Amino acid sequence: MMHFMLLFSRQGKLRLQKWYVAHPDKVKKKITRELITTILARKPKMCSFLEWKELKVVYKRYASLYFCCAIEQNDNELLTLEIIHRYVELLDKYFGSVCELDIIFNFEKAYFILDELLLGGEIQETSKKNVLKAISAQDLLQEEEAVEGALKEIGLL
Amino acid sequence: MPAVRGDGMRGLAVFISDIRNCKSKEAEIKRINKELANIRSKFKGDKTLDGYQKKKYVCKLLFIFLLGHDIDFGHMEAVNLLSSNKYSEKQIGYLFISVLVNTNSDLIKLINQSIKNDLQSRNSIHVNLAMQCIANIGSRDMAEAFGYDIPKLLVSGDTMDVVKQSAALCFLRLLRTNPDVIPIDSNGASEWTSRIVHLLNDQHLGVVTAAVSLIDALVKRNPKEYKACVSFAVSRLSRIVTASYTDLQDYTYYFVPAPWLSVKLLRLLQNYSTPEDAGVRVRLNECLEAILNKAQDAPKSKKVQHSNAKNAVLFEAISLIIHNDSEPNLLVRACNQLGQFLSNRETNLRYLALESMCLLANSEFSHEAVKKHQEVVILSMKMEKDVSVRQQAVDLLYAMCDKSNSEEIVQEMLNYLETADYSIREEMVLKVAILAEKYATDYTWYVDVILNLIRIAGDYVSEEVWYRVIQIVINRDDVQGYAAKTVFEALQAPACHENMVKVGGYILGEFGNLIAGDTRSAPNVQFQLLHSKYHLCSPMTRALLLSTYVKFINLFPEVKTTIQEILKQDSNLRSADAELQQRASEYLQLSKIVSTDVLATVLEEMPSFPERESSILAVLKKKKPGRVPETETLENHSPQPSPISHQNNHVNNHTNSNSNSADLLGLSTPVASTTHTSNANVLVDVLGDLYGGGGSTGSNSLSASQNNYNPKKFICKNNGVLFESELIQVGVKCEFKRNLGRLGLFYGNKTTIPLQNFATVLSSPHLWVTKLAIQIKPIEPVLEAGAQIQQLAIIECVEEYADTPVINVSFVYNGVPQNVSVKLPVTLNKFFEPTEMNSESFFARWKNLGSNHDPQKSQKIFKASQPMDQVSTRTKLSGFGMQLLDGIDPNPDNFVCAGIVHTKTQQIGCLLRLEPNKQAQMYRLTVRSSKEPVSIEICDLLADQF
Repeated sequence: MMHFMLLFSRQGKLRLQKWYVAHPDKVKKKITRELITTILARKPKMCSFLEWKELKVVYKRYASLYFCCAIEQNDNELLTLEIIHRYVELLDKYFGSVCELDIIFNFEKAYFILDELLLGGEIQETSKKNVLKAISAQDLLQEEEAVEGALKEIGLL
Repeated sequence: MPAVRGDGMRGLAVFISDIRNCKSKEAEIKRINKELANIRSKFKGDKTLDGYQKKKYVCKLLFIFLLGHDIDFGHMEAVNLLSSNKYSEKQIGYLFISVLVNTNSDLIKLINQSIKNDLQSRNSIHVNLAMQCIANIGSRDMAEAFGYDIPKLLVSGDTMDVVKQSAALCFLRLLRTNPDVIPIDSNGASEWTSRIVHLLNDQHLGVVTAAVSLIDALVKRNPKEYKACVSFAVSRLSRIVTASYTDLQDYTYYFVPAPWLSVKLLRLLQNYSTPEDAGVRVRLNECLEAILNKAQDAPKSKKVQHSNAKNAVLFEAISLIIHNDSEPNLLVRACNQLGQFLSNRETNLRYLALESMCLLANSEFSHEAVKKHQEVVILSMKMEKDVSVRQQAVDLLYAMCDKSNSEEIVQEMLNYLETADYSIREEMVLKVAILAEKYATDYTWYVDVILNLIRIAGDYVSEEVWYRVIQIVINRDDVQGYAAKTVFEALQAPACHENMVKVGGYILGEFGNLIAGDTRSAPNVQFQLLHSKYHLCSPMTRALLLSTYVKFINLFPEVKTTIQEILKQDSNLRSADAELQQRASEYLQLSKIVSTDVLATVLEEMPSFPERESSILAVLKKKKPGRVPETETLENHSPQPSPISHQNNHVNNHTNSNSNSADLLGLSTPVASTTHTSNANVLVDVLGDLYGGGGSTGSNSLSASQNNYNPKKFICKNNGVLFESELIQVGVKCEFKRNLGRLGLFYGNKTTIPLQNFATVLSSPHLWVTKLAIQIKPIEPVLEAGAQIQQLAIIECVEEYADTPVINVSFVYNGVPQNVSVKLPVTLNKFFEPTEMNSESFFARWKNLGSNHDPQKSQKIFKASQPMDQVSTRTKLSGFGMQLLDGIDPNPDNFVCAGIVHTKTQQIGCLLRLEPNKQAQMYRLTVRSSKEPVSIEICDLLADQF
């Protein structure tokens, strides 16, 4: 089971955090700070896995963003790298070659996509097509509501 | 500013841009405070906000929170959004709540109501939104509120696939919060079991993937109930493994068919041992072979995603092979495969291969196969650029070490230690020390290795390591001379580590005489060498050296005056350090006053240490729970386990000083010396460890036997294992002085998951109120996996009593509450103070006390249950706490003892006589004291010991 996922920039700014295990805010901040410092200090060729307390940390850098997940001893490190990759692919498909700014300005979307991919720290849907289908169904609902609202405003409904 | 997708919120985008444009932290905070004030006034204002505005402000608050600022309002508005009929508003409401609401918020009731409504929606998107919220928060309230609805959704025939997927994981989350969420009957069976297991056969691979995670958790709770899942999982796996990558369409990931599902299935199977059914077993082995075969195929893509996904499945398959540990052929193939990875150019693969190989090294089938890769592993340790990979290589070398390669591996590790990363040195030192001890056939080698460790990495040599070398040298007389010679040489280095001074000081103090014949290491030379280091050392080391000096006075009378001069120096006799001052003055007096005979007795060679698991191994286990095999046992080294705790008591009697003199020979640190008492031997305390009790072996499951502690065993000893099961170990170390006792209770978690709600409580405290004042200190509620915690209990004997108090230890393991009752080793005899007495006064009192006794009650005649051996009987009697008096009873075969039981209000003198009859294999035990109940209890306690 995944315990949390953090997205942060090369400058050490946290861009997204998702916790699957409850911690007080203070603890979350401490963990975040500690991991960002540790990972930013690592060199490019180093291995993507770290032993960290009783968990394993798996991270990978995409352009200016680091994706970092904490998993349990029994979880598979290599496949966690691919969960990260799948998430990146989904963001990329949704935003159209995603960049850090997309995630900053549309953080809520980043959350919604993640919730379709992982639930309660476990993989929910590995098919890219199915996740995108779920997200576009949500968007469609929103658009319908928007159109409905506009029609109401001009008195057509 | 990038384009905003969907139903974008312009105000939010502008705000985010503003924040990004802030030049300084102060400007950012200013902007945020302005925004917070704005939102607050909007929320408080008279004008009602429409859904869009609420959504926008809630979203801004969320953004501010994610920047790291505290948010203390807006929760109510977010909850309002949940009941909006617009999906986009509802969704933001749920997001805010998932991120910001903690599990015990008072809003939970309102939230749950909205969730309930959404769960009943006909639109699956709404249902999933509600379930995502449950899975994100997962509070106990939610488990109670939805513990029935969610599994029902999961197994119901008309639920859509996407909803089933969410329901499976949502249910898993609730199960983790509250294991009782699934209703089970007394056999642990549930009406849903079969339908949940059948999800493994579902058409939709997404549903199966989600369901396996759930089933894995259910299996961990109740493996028997879900056993049917094994054959389902194997056939599912087989279908995936034999599928071509086009068969599974979207569930093929970079040419690898359903890697996530495969890994999860392989993981699930690791909850069971090799399938019993022959057909299933064959099929599983075919799958595993197929996976190993595929690893040899040419890659279908150069992308790292392809190789990661493929190898993820491979590593999981190897894990399962290692877990089953039943197919030598597969184990060897796995080992060869991992061997190939050791020289792969991907660091990640090398790391994982080293890690997996560690496990293979522990299997008898593949241990030899792993050893073939020794050279590559040594190279990895030396050459890898990444310290975490080097660490894995060290772990593997440790695991693959055996008698045949130990010298080489230890030497390589020592060489590497000179340049090793600081972060792994301490652990390496422990490992080298353990290997050297475990595989030493020649103890001179062992001594060399440890001294090298101190020389190379002295700062990282922990107390346990140098304590251990001393224990071993003391227990093995064949190596003592060599050790003395070697430390003497090592100390001649111009700069040597303080730990070397400690070991050197201790060993020369004990065995310096063995090399004193050589003029190059004559007594005075030895002394001058040690003393040349004295002023550079810490007070603790100096205290140890002072003990060495007083031993020198005994060993070498010729240096007596020199040493007395040193002890008299102001820097010692008037040292600001109380411990040094005390030692200096006591040793000085000791050397002046007593005769050489007494001195020789007091400063006699240390007795052998009791056989025990290496304390170093315990430290390593603590550092790396789960990484040190539990079965690891050290081979026997010392000649004869001899009970140390009371052989040394004569020190007290002869010096007849206050309790502090107990550490005359002690290694005790200044800190420790303030805690010991006349009844406890300091050496045992300082060098002792939980695992050292050596008492109980084997382990009973909790249900099989609630308590495997034999209270009789602790009557004559103070340390050891009180209770042990597969889950926990309870150890004890105690000290008693007069009517006071201090118990250190050690709880060790033997499992790989934390024990929750850990609590201890005294049983039937009302029974003890008037007898014993018992204070048990509070303890942390969580006992982490593999960890050990200590609990202190202070006990005061108020009045004489019978029997012994019991504590109840309760905790929750894997969702199942457990309860253990443990008798504390606090019997009345613990409050004895031994008393010396001559023959005349003994018999005078004996007659005197006889008048107030009913001879039937405080006398026992019983059959010997053990060989009637005088030495072991003496040991037991002095362990019992009374003074064993020699030359008093006219019959030399009889034993007589005297002691005083201290209670808060009274001191009760007590005499004892034990008469063995070898022909009849019987004993007669008589106890007399000033209070009959005491005599009876003492008689009862001791009667079964022989």
